[in-house]
Amino acid sequence: MSLTLEQVQRIAHLARIEVSEAEARTNQSHLNGIFQLIEQMQAVDTRGVEPMAHAQDVSQRLRADAVSEEDRRAAYLAVAPETEKGLYLVPKVIE
Amino acid sequence: MIDASLKDLSRALAAKQISSVELATLFLDRIERLNPTLNAFVTVDREKSLNSARAADARIAAGTAGPLTGIPIAQKDIFCAEGWTTTCGSKMLANFVSPYDATVIRKLHAEAGMVSLGKTNMDEFAMGSSNETSFFGPVRNPWDTSRVPGGSSGGSAAAVAARLAPVATGTDTGGSIRQPAALCNLTGLKPTYGVVSRYGMIAFASSLDQGGPMAASAEDCALLLNAMAGFDERDSTSLERLREDYARDLGKPLAGLRIGLPKEFFGEGCDADVMAAVRAAIAEYERLGATTVDVSLPNSHLSVPAYYVIAPAEASSNLSRFDGVRYGFRAQDYGNLDDMYMKSRAQGFGDEVKRRILIGTYVLSHGYYDAYYLQAQRIRRLIADDFVEAFKQCDVIMGPTSPTTAFKLGEKAADPVQMYLSDIYTIAVNLAGLPGMSVPCGFAGGLPVGLQLIGNYFAEARLLNVAHRYQQATDWHQRRPPAIA
Repeated sequence: MSLTLEQVQRIAHLARIEVSEAEARTNQSHLNGIFQLIEQMQAVDTRGVEPMAHAQDVSQRLRADAVSEEDRRAAYLAVAPETEKGLYLVPKVIE
Repeated sequence: MIDASLKDLSRALAAKQISSVELATLFLDRIERLNPTLNAFVTVDREKSLNSARAADARIAAGTAGPLTGIPIAQKDIFCAEGWTTTCGSKMLANFVSPYDATVIRKLHAEAGMVSLGKTNMDEFAMGSSNETSFFGPVRNPWDTSRVPGGSSGGSAAAVAARLAPVATGTDTGGSIRQPAALCNLTGLKPTYGVVSRYGMIAFASSLDQGGPMAASAEDCALLLNAMAGFDERDSTSLERLREDYARDLGKPLAGLRIGLPKEFFGEGCDADVMAAVRAAIAEYERLGATTVDVSLPNSHLSVPAYYVIAPAEASSNLSRFDGVRYGFRAQDYGNLDDMYMKSRAQGFGDEVKRRILIGTYVLSHGYYDAYYLQAQRIRRLIADDFVEAFKQCDVIMGPTSPTTAFKLGEKAADPVQMYLSDIYTIAVNLAGLPGMSVPCGFAGGLPVGLQLIGNYFAEARLLNVAHRYQQATDWHQRRPPAIA
């Protein structure tokens, strides 16, 4: 398998990372090297093997639907790049 | 005093031979003098540290101190600490002052009363094996400052090795505690997945990440793990287990210990002088009463390929939160919302982090998920099952931690695949979720070599016992970098 420049640019867009053409080319060469390593997996017959998503086969713990955290709204907003009246500011989305 | 064990420091503080403020000052002065060379710390705040030390002295005076109260510690900058800049080695978080404490930080500071000396340098978002991907520049190995300390917990490793701190925290996703411990002559432990809370530990690959202690000895690791570990309801993967004393078995004799030697760890790919030190350590274990048995981990050669699907997949998802909206870096100039995301992420992340996000995005994308992500998870199962089989024949598995000693700065930075292969012996342990350690076992060309110990699930106390008995019979772990006074 070998990624084309267009594929790299498409992946970068999906990941919301702007790349110049030069950066896309460098990434193309690095990613293809890495995928060459990853391709070793394809030689293995894993039919019937249960995928292991997690290090411990335990079921997700549930908790009561109760308020457990205190209100720290101001502290969490204070670390945002831009806020106004308790809201996060981003460029206009709806005209 | 700078070489003292945690036990000795604890005794000296309890006997009022030294105060916590004096002790913190001693280490802060060393940091001031040596950090410009090593770059082990990215944030130091003398006043903040001394305030904690004063509070610790008050606890000692009031008789409410615990065994670690007043002892200084260095914190890997992946752990959120309230009021401290928490960067994760990234420009993305260069100005992020955490509004809350990670559970590990809360346990070590508020509960145990340890005194933070500052935050240590690391590979950006813990992605690296040499500490060269840090936005704040590389850390230098105290044993040879032209060489890397390993990574990603390279700052913590260099700090403890140069005695800028008695102990430090690290995290290990594919070897990030064990490999730098090996390259800097430290003892480091990655616990069983789920033993140490991940709450407030900035996520890289959530199914693999695990925090742990880095120290001069197994005994120090045991005492630090006692304060770090424990169930945390704020981490949905934290395991509900009874509290245990990880130091309880330190002194147990090793007679009858069965050491498994996987043939895959003793073949090609490891430097001969590293292998010689590892074999000498195993011979020492035999003198201590252990026996060896040949075992096999037939799928271990697939651990690096599977890891470089699973870890980037989880990273691409975890790092989607860095979008320039709620915290962290935002680009100066941008057009619409999408453009703001794209530019903020392009400028805020370094090359290695971007590379892994791209890999992860690709292997999770439509049409490739089965061939890559699911296949990697199936191979992960095969790798974990290999360990289950091996542990039917032995109590602990041994081998090298890293195939080489510390390499030169820049030596592997241009070739990601070469860098990834430096974790060839450590990654399988994370995929399986097992506990693993690195223990100093000698030198090759004047540089430290680490012996890796792998235990069965929840066998931390046993691993620490196996490491401690070896450290009573040898003095490798007491050697200090000659150029660092």
